[in-house]
Amino acid sequence: MKLQSKHLLGLEGMSKEDMTLILDTAVSFKEVLERPIKKVPPLQGKTIVNLFFESSTRTRISFELAERRLSADVVNFTTSGSSVSKGETLKDTARNIEAMKIDMVVIRHSASGAPHFLTRVVKANVINAGDGAHEHPTQALLDMMTLREKFGTLEGIRVCIVGDILHSRVARSNIYGLKTMGAEVSVCAPTTLIPRQIEQLGVKVYNKLEDIIPHVDALNVLRIQLERQKSGLFPSLREYHRYFGVTKEKVDRAPKPITIMHPGPINRDVELSADLADGPHSVILEQVTNGEAVRMAVLYLLGTSN
Amino acid sequence: MKLHLKSAHIIDPSSGKDTIQDILIIDGKIEKIGNSITPNKSFEAIDLKNKIVAPGFIDMHVHLREPGYEHKETITTGCASAAAGGFTAVCCMPNTNPAIDEESVARYVQEEGKRVTGGLVDVFPIAAATKGRKGEELSPMAELAKAGAVAFSDDGAPIANPEIMRRIFEYSSMYGLAVIQHAEEPTMTKNGLMNEGFNSTRFGMPGIPPIAEELMISRDLIILKYIPKAKYHVAHISTTGSIECIRRAKKDRLNVTCEAAPHHFSITDDLIESFDTNLKMNPPLRTKDDVEAIKEALQDGAIDVIASDHAPHTIDEKEVEFAQAPFGIVGLETSVGLAITELVEHKYLSLVQLIEKFSINPRKILNLPIIKLEEGEIANLTLLDPKKEWVVDVSSFRSKSKNSPFNGWKLKGKSIGVINNGKIMLTN
Repeated sequence: MKLQSKHLLGLEGMSKEDMTLILDTAVSFKEVLERPIKKVPPLQGKTIVNLFFESSTRTRISFELAERRLSADVVNFTTSGSSVSKGETLKDTARNIEAMKIDMVVIRHSASGAPHFLTRVVKANVINAGDGAHEHPTQALLDMMTLREKFGTLEGIRVCIVGDILHSRVARSNIYGLKTMGAEVSVCAPTTLIPRQIEQLGVKVYNKLEDIIPHVDALNVLRIQLERQKSGLFPSLREYHRYFGVTKEKVDRAPKPITIMHPGPINRDVELSADLADGPHSVILEQVTNGEAVRMAVLYLLGTSN
Repeated sequence: MKLHLKSAHIIDPSSGKDTIQDILIIDGKIEKIGNSITPNKSFEAIDLKNKIVAPGFIDMHVHLREPGYEHKETITTGCASAAAGGFTAVCCMPNTNPAIDEESVARYVQEEGKRVTGGLVDVFPIAAATKGRKGEELSPMAELAKAGAVAFSDDGAPIANPEIMRRIFEYSSMYGLAVIQHAEEPTMTKNGLMNEGFNSTRFGMPGIPPIAEELMISRDLIILKYIPKAKYHVAHISTTGSIECIRRAKKDRLNVTCEAAPHHFSITDDLIESFDTNLKMNPPLRTKDDVEAIKEALQDGAIDVIASDHAPHTIDEKEVEFAQAPFGIVGLETSVGLAITELVEHKYLSLVQLIEKFSINPRKILNLPIIKLEEGEIANLTLLDPKKEWVVDVSSFRSKSKNSPFNGWKLKGKSIGVINNGKIMLTN
């Protein structure tokens, strides 16, 4: 079984079959993670570079562990102290690294489309580890894996993404992925954090948590960034917390328990109350583990297909 | 130079001439127009059967980049690009370095144009409306007008301060020259990369809302109503709402005109899916509805002019992340082809109307003499083959820059040559 593309740039337009293949493959790799020796050989001899142009601890570590567990050789490139600060272009950086014989590139970048650009200038497989507010496909895949584990299927499950949808690549990839897999997706945020015409992606838009909470199986809560307050998108963290913060009091009004997800890192008691984050219906740490499995699956499927 | 243009379809909207005749040109002047003339052998004959002879086209929105950004374009390469695209004149925008905000620069670009083209392409400077295009102090408009400026604009930099805009309108009205606005309310477009709408949502990119353009036009029209002697021209109009504003203002008989760029009536922001930076320009590509509105407005006359907003950038400048890339695309060599393909072939414009948008109307706006295809007049001509099918190939562009999203496009209709001031350039 092979994926249709040699890159993983995003979930928009990806087929249900490809998504299912990745999720099924991830299940096998999750089993590897339970073993005492968590290493398998399929990417032996392959060299992968993690190009991180934006600070990230969790995603980079997750990718790096996944790569090492597949026996790949790994190089990390982060902006601090690198040639980018000397004014080198992304194209030159990527081409120079490729000249050192790299097989795969994992890229995180603040500009939407940077991974797509990279596919035009290098021959290596490109994996998008987050581009601007565009896509973060492995995050959505790990969210989907977590939901599938919890509910047995993605078909018909009801997920609401809560928070800064406007700036969120996690939201977009989740919408594309979940919709393709047959889930019902809604978003809930202050109007200022909802991008225009998002309904056209097939999601319902809510501005009150209490309107949607009774009708969902899972809430995927996004991190809210204080900078947005300065750009006039919401008045204060206090007000945000009061009206859009997911709290035990609010979810307890639902007829049945709601699964709580968060891509991390959490602002505790801002967008999500600590008791829910650590509560019995939180799958936040499952998400982290599944992130490993999903990234191994993606790297494996792309790295062994050529 | 003695030329015999044979069996040409002569279209001159200013006189209503629309006939198939021969033209004799001696030393750059139209000597004779008549049926099947047989001149002596000293005339070079050019067979123009099924081809059109029109008054020379002018592109009133061009960035020649010289002085200051000669790595992108020079007056030499920009004028060669204009001639290849079918233009006998261009207006160059003042966002050079130094800006065209004082006499010497205004004179330089005209003289350099004459020097490098021998008069084939006239270069008319559009001078800055404010010093250094900073939007703060008026540029020396009287001196600039005397030095040959044909309009005033801070192009690229919207004139944001309404008080300054009012004074620009007042001062420029003394010289009867148009004020050209790049209409954009800057507080609403900070960090914007593409049209705000469904596609900016899809691609997760900061948007440039259509209302930023509409707000600025509406504001300017209010000021214009207060200073009715001024002449206001909106550059590269791109939204349905902007067109509505212009329609209303024209109905109110305000002194307003506007132009549209070929990319704004040919392609939409759906294409940005590829993140190709040659799709990044300002104003940005808009939606299908906007494209349709622009075509209709060209048809009914709400939009007066087609101008390319030719904005050369080097490959290195454009081969970067979408967010980092500069705005703009080259347009001189695809403008006529796109206009014929999208507008004439699809019956939005007749050839007469097309010629008005490319020659008559811009010259009126700029107070330039209207070119007449009559005996005794200077032969300032654009030759068109409206049925010629061709493929855009950026590597063949005369422009120094190749940043076009239309590479590989099949177009119908092309300029096949230009004649001006006794010079001729024929292209295939």
